[in-house]
Amino acid sequence: MNDVKDIEHFIREHPFFEGMPDEDIKRLTGCAKRVCFPAGTFIFKEGEEARTFFCIQSGQVALEIHAPPKGSFQIDSRKAGDVVGWSWIVVPYRWYCDVRAVEEVRALAFDGACLRGQWDENPRLGYEMYQRFVPLMHRSLQATRLQLLDIYGTN
Amino acid sequence: MPLPATVRFGDDPMVPQPAPILAMHRETQDVFTLTLDVSRRARAFSPGQFTMLYLFGVGEIPVSISGDPACPERLAHTIRAVGSVTRPMQALTPGSALGVRGPFGTGWPVEAARGKDVILIAGGIGLAPLRPLIYQLRERRDDYGRISVLYGVRSPADIVYSEELAGWSADAGMDVSLIVDHASPGWQGDVGVVTSLLDKVDCDPRNTLAMTCGPEIMMRFTIRELNHLGIADKQIYVSMERNMQCAVGLCGHCQYGPAFICRDGPVFRFDRIKPFFGIRDL
Repeated sequence: MNDVKDIEHFIREHPFFEGMPDEDIKRLTGCAKRVCFPAGTFIFKEGEEARTFFCIQSGQVALEIHAPPKGSFQIDSRKAGDVVGWSWIVVPYRWYCDVRAVEEVRALAFDGACLRGQWDENPRLGYEMYQRFVPLMHRSLQATRLQLLDIYGTN
Repeated sequence: MPLPATVRFGDDPMVPQPAPILAMHRETQDVFTLTLDVSRRARAFSPGQFTMLYLFGVGEIPVSISGDPACPERLAHTIRAVGSVTRPMQALTPGSALGVRGPFGTGWPVEAARGKDVILIAGGIGLAPLRPLIYQLRERRDDYGRISVLYGVRSPADIVYSEELAGWSADAGMDVSLIVDHASPGWQGDVGVVTSLLDKVDCDPRNTLAMTCGPEIMMRFTIRELNHLGIADKQIYVSMERNMQCAVGLCGHCQYGPAFICRDGPVFRFDRIKPFFGIRDL
């Protein structure tokens, strides 16, 4: 399941890495492994150390925030082709929400400490990755603003 | 409510035609679909057109037609109960009557879309003006490429036509995606804004027409995303909404730059109204 060639193939196939130079993909391969989460399991929970990011290959996850006493609220969702998690880039490297597999999820998991080590050695790779993560963050911020506007509400 | 004896049938677009209510279907807590019997004087309509509905003694409002163009004698309108006319309207029952003028305005580019991929993006009750188009695309499914229907709503409780959505996907070969701004317990689907669904659409951007209806801010962000995918302004159609009163371009209440929404719209090719789209208070 974690054959290097398989992992390299899946990285190339994932939209997040589209157009990435070969040498960068080979470096990333050393930090990645394939993972699977059964439906209903938590991939990570708020407050835990953020060590990883995930590129979803199949299945769907729910991003949730637990708000006692009302329970958990789903605030976003991700599915095949999407990326989950960027808290591993940002100090103090802690997750700010729960992520739960809604259905069986297959994904590539990238070790954050390994990646940050690669970036220290090769800042161009870090720049390449930031160029991919920043638009995701930007779109997420824009979407959150639209959600806050409650544009379909009557008031 | 009985039919007013003074109202007569005729061709004057300013005179409402009495139409009995055939059916009243509650879609959500505050959205309902009224089906009117206009068989005495049925007129063909194009998907995207609207009528003026007159609640006798209360007032008149513009409402997009949400029914099947193949059955013009049964005019369906999906309405949200938010104002002084629509609130009492939701209390109507089969057998009572409304006044109807129309249909008016421009429709979706059904012919121009032939041979192309089609993306429909609806927000909230904006799915209503697109539903006649979906019926027509389904009827002539082989004439079109890939068809994607992206539908965003506030919450699962606000989904309209919930009984039909699955059918459009299963029977009509359309890729239907649904997303809610705010999930409720038990919701297993997508959460977020409708624009985020565009990432996953399978289409050839150079050979695609996109049509969108919903709150104007939603359409504004949708157009940005469509442009980002490589879909040009001239390939995008929007359904605009303003204060339409006469419905025939005389009164000027719905003036939008050089256009009247009621006569030159409500459906516009986006590049033709783009200079006015971002102007505040217009």
